Amino acid sequence: MGRGMNERIQKLRKQSITTEPHISIERAVLVNEAYQKYAGTVEKPILRALTFKHIMENKKLCMNEDELIVGEKGEGPQSTPTFPELCCHTLKDFEIMNDREYISFKTSEEVRKVQVETIIPYWENRSIRKNIFDHMKPEWVDCYENGIYTEFMEQRSPGHTVADGKMYKKGFLGFKKNIEDSISKLDYFDDPQVYEKKTQLQAMAICCDGIIAFGKRYEQYARALAENETDERRKADLLKIVQNCEVVPAHAPKTFHQAIQMYWFVHVGVTNELNNWDAYSPGRLDQHLYPFYKKEIEEGTLTRDEAKELLECLWVKFNNQPAPPKVGITLKESATYTDFANINTGGVTSDGADGVNDVSYLILEVMDEMKQLQPSSNVQISRKTPQHFLKKACEVSRKGWGQPAFYNIDAMIQEMLRAGKDITDAREGGASGCVETGAYGKEAYILTGYMNIPKIFEITLNNGLDKVSGKQLGLKTGDPRGFETYEELFEAFNKQLNYFVDIKIKGSNIIEKIYATHMPSPFLSVITSDCISKGMDYNAGGARYNTNYIQGVGIGTITDCLASIKYNVFDKKRFSMDELLKALEDNFEGHENIHNIICNKTAKYGNDDDYADDLMIDAFNLFYNAVNGRPNMKGGCYRIDMLPTTCHVYFGEVMGASADGRLAHKPVSEGISPAKGADRNGPTAVVRSAAKMDHLRTGGTLLNQKFTPSVLAGDEGIENLASLIRSYFNMDGHHIQFNVIDRQTLIDAQNKPEEYKDLIVRVAGYSDHFHNLSKALQDEIIERTEQEF
Amino acid sequence: MKKGRIINIQKYCVHDGPGIRTTVFFKGCPLNCWWCHNPESQKFEKEMMYNHEKCTMCGECEKRCEGKGIKLTENIFYDPTKCVFCENCIDFCINNAREMIGKEYTISELMKEIKKDQMFYQESGGGVTLSGGEVMTQITFVEELVRRCKENGMHVAIDTCGYVPFYSFERILDNTDIFLYDIKLIDSKRHEKYTGKPNELILDNMKKLSEKGANIHLRIPLIEGINTDGENIEGIIKFASDLKISKVNLLPYHEIGSDKYKRLNMDYKKGGMVRPTDQRLEEIKAMFKESKFEVKIGG
Repeated sequence: MGRGMNERIQKLRKQSITTEPHISIERAVLVNEAYQKYAGTVEKPILRALTFKHIMENKKLCMNEDELIVGEKGEGPQSTPTFPELCCHTLKDFEIMNDREYISFKTSEEVRKVQVETIIPYWENRSIRKNIFDHMKPEWVDCYENGIYTEFMEQRSPGHTVADGKMYKKGFLGFKKNIEDSISKLDYFDDPQVYEKKTQLQAMAICCDGIIAFGKRYEQYARALAENETDERRKADLLKIVQNCEVVPAHAPKTFHQAIQMYWFVHVGVTNELNNWDAYSPGRLDQHLYPFYKKEIEEGTLTRDEAKELLECLWVKFNNQPAPPKVGITLKESATYTDFANINTGGVTSDGADGVNDVSYLILEVMDEMKQLQPSSNVQISRKTPQHFLKKACEVSRKGWGQPAFYNIDAMIQEMLRAGKDITDAREGGASGCVETGAYGKEAYILTGYMNIPKIFEITLNNGLDKVSGKQLGLKTGDPRGFETYEELFEAFNKQLNYFVDIKIKGSNIIEKIYATHMPSPFLSVITSDCISKGMDYNAGGARYNTNYIQGVGIGTITDCLASIKYNVFDKKRFSMDELLKALEDNFEGHENIHNIICNKTAKYGNDDDYADDLMIDAFNLFYNAVNGRPNMKGGCYRIDMLPTTCHVYFGEVMGASADGRLAHKPVSEGISPAKGADRNGPTAVVRSAAKMDHLRTGGTLLNQKFTPSVLAGDEGIENLASLIRSYFNMDGHHIQFNVIDRQTLIDAQNKPEEYKDLIVRVAGYSDHFHNLSKALQDEIIERTEQEF
Repeated sequence: MKKGRIINIQKYCVHDGPGIRTTVFFKGCPLNCWWCHNPESQKFEKEMMYNHEKCTMCGECEKRCEGKGIKLTENIFYDPTKCVFCENCIDFCINNAREMIGKEYTISELMKEIKKDQMFYQESGGGVTLSGGEVMTQITFVEELVRRCKENGMHVAIDTCGYVPFYSFERILDNTDIFLYDIKLIDSKRHEKYTGKPNELILDNMKKLSEKGANIHLRIPLIEGINTDGENIEGIIKFASDLKISKVNLLPYHEIGSDKYKRLNMDYKKGGMVRPTDQRLEEIKAMFKESKFEVKIGG
């Protein structure tokens, strides 16, 4: 039957993973109805709030067989709503979504019909996406279309945010009371913003009504189902759901079950209000749930297995929600169904003590047992984290599917303190959807887009010309054949990078205002401090902290490009700049000698070799200095992240061959990991190279490390893995996750040795690079590689 | 200062002693074991490794060779006596068919490499393993190296075949935490046949080390058809039972190194050598267990 602790979970999980992702048009229709009724008659925040309420009062209720946690973002599992107010899909978009091989969404005839007849006529000239492109300057559009950067907000709203613990202590009636208090304190004499604040707060109050109505509807629905239910066991389940929905979300939860249901209602609310790019996460789920768990275990009203079953129900819920469908460049940068919900476990408490509790271990068990695409799960490790917990997490991670990821909460706290956050807020924070640092429930952390650093270097080598598109995208910083020193080249690169960052930020400043003006999110504002006390929307600067990130992509590739040119062209004069540029032009065809010297006889990032790693630091600082500290439109500023999602593949596609030996259109390096096959000295060297970057000046970095199973075998393998993590974190590394090489990867490595130069295999105490072995020996090792410990 | 001749420095070694280790492979060995999986470690001199499988006979090496030691005929002829170590044949070989084996390091150069992973040693209870080849043959360099490692608080393991004067061991005894000590065959005649040297010195050194209280891990490479017979295993157990051995590692033979013989223009005496069956390995393991040894298959 598959994974899951019992038949109920197995059934729900199976439904979740076997249902095809498909488009639900319901939300779009409800949005249309609300806009047609209210648009132009009320202020924008009120319009958004009434739209939210209209959705919550009218969306179809779903009750999956045997489930214990209720509510779906769409009409059922794998049903994803659209957000025409952000991005109005054309019929062609729907056809592509339906037919594409990867990340497809089925769109029925009925859905397409409604889209054409009802949605497109209203939204095609009103969507945010249209608005944004109308306002962008031609140079912004040119850079965007040719892969200098991406723009997260062109079809997704600000978000990617995380809950704190407020909702477990206060129901939405309580939030509403706070809102009313805030309204009563408005200063109608001296505050020039009083009108905006008043409408904003009224909008928030309407949203509270909306989510409360949603809970009420489920209470009634479950009661009706219970009355007709003949199976006594299920009847009891349904009555439990009735009880829960009598309490949450209007009131604070009283039980473990209600606490989970509370979160889930909020999750459905946030992800229905706007598609909130895309993620919403519960944050410190173990710490939030622990007081309920402890109390009920002590009182005997809950068993450990019952608690686990409820968590597994929640896990299925996450997996039921594919990310909203993306199109165009945004699909390429984030080609995944994952909605980036990321469960944080462990960490520290708000007073700085170790945060690991019984629920943390329970969550580790659940993630291991469920093994789902969603939710992503991670453990936060601090100096205070018990070794036992770290080792348990390593045991799950060793199974080779990349989860849990490991985060260094001590480093994250320092990152947040450096960014001016209060220490308690920092301790309650951590990673959001991917690796981005933020103060949970108190911060609007806006990811604005990825920056293609290697592409900017490519443009530098071509005197500002983008050879792929034939357009002069950059500045004329000179023909590099005329550069006498490496420093001249680096300075030209610096000018180009700053030029492109300027274009990006000028665009973002407009985009931010478009959202603040046209697309407030009053529901998210209710649960994000300090929107209520400021009377200001999340999208307008209402949150306590307001950070914009630009994510740098390709640090491994750019470092290797710099090392290649510095070493071969300037230091050793093995070939000239002219020869190199010709080789790049020809994609190294007919220049095998140069290609080989670059690939195999030049220092590369990821080997703990200072020659290359020092250049990584230079490139990092260049990017940092170009971005960090620039003001955004919400009173906060820009910071950098070093992560790619799937953007490194897209960014590689739009580039020719590069000076590090990478062939045209191949992916650039991902995160802060070395370029594929560049690291040849094992994991400690990778970790040491990566730690030379100053992680504390970023808002997150991502490092992937792969292992062959034999290295991780036995208790010693776990001990050593745990030590590797501790060491990396002692050096202020931000995040690391592991992939374990399986048989298939070895077969790939045999067929494409150039991509797997880093692969080391070990047999009975002896090890060698896999590519260095004869085919017969490779075959034997492939035969022997099984993922068993 | 004398330099060490090193083949390779390998990071994140997890099979050559406790924890995460850096293993330094020294070049040159007094033995010549049939099953040696590191044939490039046998000679003391630097040497060129040439991989026939990768070579496409493009002739670039002949063109670039400063010593005029490479001739392209129907085969590639390489005259090591003419080699001036310009390494052009390595740099400009587009197939990476050539590799220079053996690099000289000063103590401080080597310490710099070793110290890079010190944080990992501390976290994992690991350290440095000196292996080879036979590390003890470069004893003057090694004596200073282990002293410097100890000075830096690092755990030191010496992986040795034992075929050196005992005086050499005395010079490093105080600064060595573990000896990973190989015994292959207990019968000296058979030992000489398969390794080129008799074993009295080896056994004698091991006995003396044990008497001096050294921490010894006994390591036995197991090659079916050469040393897995009951007589040999029982002999080793009998010998070791009189010593203080903290751990026994059984290392099953693997022909993973066999390609390299050809690349070094060396003969591979692999006739009849195979990995013992898992069943035989378990039987041998049980024999050691019975005699109260802590025993493990693998490093």
